[in-house]
Order: sequence, then structure tokens, then C-alpha cells
Amino acid sequence: MALVHLADGADLAGFRRAIRRLVAAGAAPEDVIWRSGEDGDLFGAGSADFVGTDAADFVDGGEAGPAPPLALPRVVGAAVEAVVCHRDPERYALLHRLIWRVLHGERTVLEARSDPLVHRLAGMQQAIRRDIHKMHAFLRFRRVTAESGERFVAWFEPEHFILEAVADFFADRFPGFAWSILTPVGSLHWDGAALDFGPPGTRGAAMPDDSVETAWRAYYEATFNPARLNPTMMRSEMPKKYWRNLPETQAIPHLIRTAPSRVTAMLEKEAAMPLKRNPDKAVAALPDQAPKSLAELNRIIAASEPLVPGATRAVLGEGPVGAALAFVGEQPGDQEDLQGRPFVGPAGQLLDRAMAEAGIDRTEAYVTNAVKHFKFEQRGKRRIHQKPTAGEVRHYRWWLMRELDFVHPRLVVALGATAVLALAGKALPIARCRGEARLEGRPGFITVHPSYLLRLPDEDARHAAYAAFLDDLRHVRAILERRPAS
Amino acid sequence: MDQTFVARLRILADAAKYDASCASSGAPKRVAGANGLGSTTGGAICHAYTPDGRCISLLKILMTNYCLYDCAYCINRRSSNVRRARFTVEEVVKLTVAFYKRNCIEGLFLSSGIVRSADHTMEQMMLVARRLRHEENFAGYIHLKAIPEASPWLIEQAGLWADRLSINLELAAERSLERLAPEKNGGSIRAAMGQMHERIAQAQEEKRHFAPAGQSTQMIVGADDATDAAVLGASATLYRAYALKRVYYSAFSPIPEASRALPVKPPPLQRENRLYQADWLLRCYGFTVEEIAAGGEGGMLDLEIDPKLAWALKHRDRFPVDVNRADKEMLLRVPGLGTRAVESILRTRRHRTLRLDDIGRLTSGLKRLLPFLIAADHRPVRLTDRLDLRRRLLQPARQLSLF
Repeated sequence: MALVHLADGADLAGFRRAIRRLVAAGAAPEDVIWRSGEDGDLFGAGSADFVGTDAADFVDGGEAGPAPPLALPRVVGAAVEAVVCHRDPERYALLHRLIWRVLHGERTVLEARSDPLVHRLAGMQQAIRRDIHKMHAFLRFRRVTAESGERFVAWFEPEHFILEAVADFFADRFPGFAWSILTPVGSLHWDGAALDFGPPGTRGAAMPDDSVETAWRAYYEATFNPARLNPTMMRSEMPKKYWRNLPETQAIPHLIRTAPSRVTAMLEKEAAMPLKRNPDKAVAALPDQAPKSLAELNRIIAASEPLVPGATRAVLGEGPVGAALAFVGEQPGDQEDLQGRPFVGPAGQLLDRAMAEAGIDRTEAYVTNAVKHFKFEQRGKRRIHQKPTAGEVRHYRWWLMRELDFVHPRLVVALGATAVLALAGKALPIARCRGEARLEGRPGFITVHPSYLLRLPDEDARHAAYAAFLDDLRHVRAILERRPAS
Repeated sequence: MDQTFVARLRILADAAKYDASCASSGAPKRVAGANGLGSTTGGAICHAYTPDGRCISLLKILMTNYCLYDCAYCINRRSSNVRRARFTVEEVVKLTVAFYKRNCIEGLFLSSGIVRSADHTMEQMMLVARRLRHEENFAGYIHLKAIPEASPWLIEQAGLWADRLSINLELAAERSLERLAPEKNGGSIRAAMGQMHERIAQAQEEKRHFAPAGQSTQMIVGADDATDAAVLGASATLYRAYALKRVYYSAFSPIPEASRALPVKPPPLQRENRLYQADWLLRCYGFTVEEIAAGGEGGMLDLEIDPKLAWALKHRDRFPVDVNRADKEMLLRVPGLGTRAVESILRTRRHRTLRLDDIGRLTSGLKRLLPFLIAADHRPVRLTDRLDLRRRLLQPARQLSLF
């Protein structure tokens, strides 16, 4: 017989050490008695990890040396980690039986969920999960101000040894302030940087009532619907054992007692005439919320959050309302973002040049972008242009359409694929659709984006492409002259 | 927190409690940065339960209960004499953070009465979400109730900050909407749902953050004469057309200051419960609306037994099924077996032949499934065909106690 004595609580490290040794020694589950701290120190063996008939085999670091590590399927490891947290004194013995079976020809025993041992362990795991879940849910912090500053303190009484199992959850959730969780079996402290486990705490009767608790109780009471009273359901989810540490539960008896009379009062009360005058004017004004002018629309755009990453500010369209010609580009670039004006960077300068050569006066045209913000990725000091996705282009579409409604140009020139996507509502190949086009009912013209000309690597191609772009612009001008303003 | 603030909190929480949605799940797992606050875990955490048996997972409030709309079923309609209050953006942010820091909530569910204009109202809600994310570095859950009449760009801004957006359909039938909610328009509700669906799908494809927990809606049951089949039919359409994550059903509940346009008597709460069960069958068990409706009478679900059992009793020719051989689809149709039990059965079956004892360890619904299942040591023989099977399976009526 071997007697294994582990520390109080969830002694995962101790169990690991012991089981390696037991497996190495070939000890069968029925030959081992497991004791842990909470069972009392029956054999006075507090200092040694293991005692028993073959004590020499079991003393850590004894003649046998450290036992070799044990390779177990991952699910078994997970089951061990969970089950050691259980309060059942039998837990270590059950785990030993499980590991014994896994090592003796039943590697997949955990998959046979209907096996009595597996079933029992699954039940224990579920109890642990539930306990952890309830601790996540029913723990309440109170704000305490001490000399060292503000701290949030909670008292909780878990059913099992789960304090270490919940530590990461609370550290992840509340990293920005100092807090402590006190339980009857240990405590957990966070100072904003590190977790610290400490000795058991006490219920802390002296903890002052936090003023937020009053508000919380008020919320709890107000959110209860007396017409749906169902205390059985409430108790099955929030058993009474948790009530004494929850500030809101004090309200429960009163809420239950008064519920029937509140409902009766509601049902008996006749529908009353409204005391207030009917807000006819406000109701009539309700549907009328669209921006009334380009300036108003621009204010909205400028105040809105970018729908693309990057961007310091919105770059608005420029040019006279009523312009005969509107140019729609892709999105502002680095220079545009810095200056807050469209088409002022290298591509804009190229567009200016081409417009001048084609005999189009830029000051009389309206120039804007499909996407109102510069989407970029910061790499060192450089801000690298990122192409907006189709989804992002659609995000901005509503603004672009309103904008064009206000400007009301006779012809919209789509510069490049992104502008086409925004204006036509779908992707179209530029090469094939170049030239005059209807863009969702608007008279339009499709051509390349000037930045495309800048990107061409070889000089000849660049010249040819520029000439073609210039042709397009001349064509645009010809269309306008052919179709004078009505 | 001073008295007037608490008084307003009471009014605005009371005004929001008729929305059944409470989920705080579905958002991607995340934790706050060093100076931030909050996390989402993937699963939902209910932090408290009120005596109506419903959970509190989120701070569910209205920004204001002033409303220009006059929807008969709503306590906040403009013609109601309920007390009015409003919160500022700042106050909602402060309150959310205060409750969250005390571990009372998983996040915020913000809705609002429509004041001034749909855009103004939507903007206020969007600003709360934006401030929580930007200035408080809040990583908890945010659910915003979108205003369908608001401009698309505003709803899209909201989607940048919120985990879930929802728009309440409220009534399945267009003519009920016309009669009971004169300012609402089924067309614009569906258009807004369609827009959100499109954006959510695009964002998922492009791996951007836009309402990652999807959208949901709520339908009020019992305020008009829509049958359960009609309600479920509307849900099935919503799931299909807009990929909604959830449809919530809210049995119309008596409200103070009720309108004359409403039925005096509220529908039984059991009806709502059956609709939720049917909804699960739709989403997770492969049932169609027609199959579920066939379990009841005249388009209404059976109030005494759950819809799966009702279906099974009317399709006894499909039973009993052999637990050791049947395929997953058929096992999912056995009353008493849930998705998890079926998963366990399929796994365990690979290793051993299942007997009744085994099944008893895999599900808690053993008694209910006996007439429908064959196991190694069990055959229901004639039990499946007994005329009084329904009565035998009914839970004995019991007196509900209040305490």
C-alpha cells in the first residue's frame, strides 16, 4: 500500500509528481490511498509528499530519483487539470484510475461517455465549469479607498478550489485598476501589473456600501417585470447560496411580494387619455432629416469617424455646386490627407496638367473622391497607401451619391476602378468599359485614374497612356459641348 | 450617484425591459489593453437573475423614453402618460463603466425612444459606443438597437463600435404594423436589415470589424392575431434572407398606461416558451416551419407539450429509432435528445453498443424518449402506438408556488 499526501486545495503539481512516481513504480489504483490537506494530517506526514509501506520509493528526490514524465492524451491532461479543483476527497483516486486505464489498453476511454468512471469525471468537470462560471458571474467588486489609493475588493465563496483557475479571467477583464478577490481558501490580488495569490480572507463586514450599489439595486428592481413572475426559474439559475454576497438580492422578497398587486393594478387601470398635447409638428418634421445642402452634408462627413483604417481627416469634394463636370477619384492620398484638399498630390498635378491641355478649367469642375478618407498603413515614417476594399467603398457610397445629387453635374467622370465601383454600384473592367457610360442613371464617362499613369514603369508606355488619357478628357469636353445645359 | 440620477435610471431601465434580447455572446474573444476595461469570452455570462427568471447580462437601458412614435404595444409611445427621462451620452458611458468595474454586467445594450429625428437618435447611441471604445478603452460587449429610419452611414458608423446591431421587427404581419405602429414601416425595417446583412457579410469576408456578433430582432407575440406558424414563418425568412443570429419572441406583456388598441388579456407566457423551442428546432435541428406547425393545430403550437414531442406524436410511423444505428438527423428528432446528447451518442457508439443505462448517463430526458428509441436492451414494443401516449408523457399539472 502507498499513502500519498497532497497539499490542501487543488494540488496539481503534487498530483503530477505523485502520479509519475506511481506509474513508474507500477502501483495499481487499489493499492494507493490518496490524502489531501483538508482531510487532516492523519499520519503526521506533513513534510513528506509521500508516505506508505514503501516509503523509500515515494519520497521525492529519494533513491528512486525524479520519476520520468508521463505522456497522456491531451483530453486526459485537461480532465486532470479540471478535476483536481473539485472538492470531492476521492478526486485523486478517480484520476489515478482513469490514468491507469488509459495506460492499460484503453487510450480512448474518455470517449466512451457512458462509462461509469468517465461519466462521474464528466460530472465533476461540469461542476467545476459551473462553479467557475458562477464565480465569473456572481462576484461583485466594491470600491474601497485606502491610503494606498483606490482598490476594488470582492468576497466570494466558491464551492471548489477554483481560485487559480479564474485568475486569468479577472486579470484579462480588469487590467486597468487594482483589485482583490478574497475567498475562504485563499485570495487573489492584482496591482495593475501582476497577479499575487495570498492567504484566505474574511467576509469583510466592514466593507463600506459603494454608492454605485444603490444604483445597481435600482436597476435590478426596475428591470424586473412583475407580469412575468417566475421565482423558480430565477432560483434554478441563481441558487440561494449565492444570495448573501450579492447586493441586489436584498430586493427579491419585496419584488416577489408586490408583483401580483402591481399586475392587478396595471390590468384594472383604464387606458387614459394622453395628458400631453400631441406633438404634431415634431412628428411631421420627423421624416425630414436628410442634409439640405452640400455644406450640411460636408459637415456630417467631416464629423464622422473614418470607415477605413488610417486617415487623419475627411477630404471633402471641391468645386462649384452646379458644375457641369464632376471628377470622382479613388481616395485622398498622403498629400491630400495633410492638406485636406482633393487632388493636390502628384496624381492631382497630373490631372491638372491633362485638364489644362484638354481645355477644361479645373476651377469650374467639381473634384471629389469615392472614399473620403486616406486609407494607409504606417511603415516606419512612411504612410503606405492601401486600396479600399469593396465593402469600404460601399460604406462611402451613400455620401458620394448625396454629394453628386447636390452638385448635379451634367457628366460624371469616373477615374479608375474604385470610382466605377462606387458610381456604378458594381465592379466593371476599365479597359473594356472606357468611354461614355450610364452610371446608375447618371450620364458618365469611364477612364483611368491619373495615378495609374504615374505607376507605369516604362517611359514609352507612360507617354502612350497619357495621350490616351488626354484623348478621354477631350472626348469628355466634346460630350459637354454637344449636350449644352438644358 | 445622486438621487435624481438613480430616479432617471429607474425610469429608463423600466422602459427598456420589454426587449427580450439579452445575449452577450458571439463577439470575437478579446481583452482590454493595459489601461482598458473589459473582455469578451465568446460564451455569455449572466450576472444576475430577476424574479421573473430572466437574466441580467447587459445594462439594458434607453437613452431616453421620450418618443415621437405612437406604437400601441409600447409603454414609451408618445400618447402614454408614463414618466419621462433622459440620459446624456456622458452619463450612459459613466454608468456602464461603473457597473462593469463592479462586475455587474457584460456590457451595454442601448436603445432609445425616437426624438427629434431618427438620425439624431441614432447618432447619440453611436456616440456612446464610440466613446466607450475610444475614451474608456472598453473591450466589453456593446449591443445597439439601430433605428431603421436612420441614414445608412450612421448605422454603418455604429457597426464599427458595436458587437451586435439589431432592429426590432415587432410584428410579423405588415398590416398589424400599420395598425399598431403607424410610424413604423416594414419596408424600411427590412431595407435596414438588408443593408446591415450586406455590411456584416462584407466585413467578414474582408476581415474587418463590423458588428461581429451579427444582428438580431424581436417580435411581439399576442398583440395581434398572427398565428405561431406565421411568426415562425417570418423568422425562417429572416434567418434565410438576412442571416440573423437570433429572433427573440416577446409575449406581449401588460404594461402600465396600456393603449386601447391592445387586447386586454396577455397571451400565456407558455406560448413564448414554445416559440423559443420551435426556434431552436428551426436553427439547430433541421426542422422546417411546416413540420413544426404540423405538430400543433390551426397554426398554433401545442401549449401542453413541446413542439418536438408534438411532432413525434403525430409522426409515430417514423419511430422507434435504433439508438445504435440511426443517423444524426433522425436522432435529433427524438424527443428528449438534444444536440449535445446526440453528439455524445455518436461518439460513444463508436466504442460500444448503447444500453438504456448508457443513454441515461448521456441525457436527462430518458423517461420521455423511451417510447421512441430502441437500445440494445430496450424495445418500446407497442408503447409507441398507444393511444394514451400523449397523456402518459404530459408532465403532471402542478401548483405553481410564489415563494
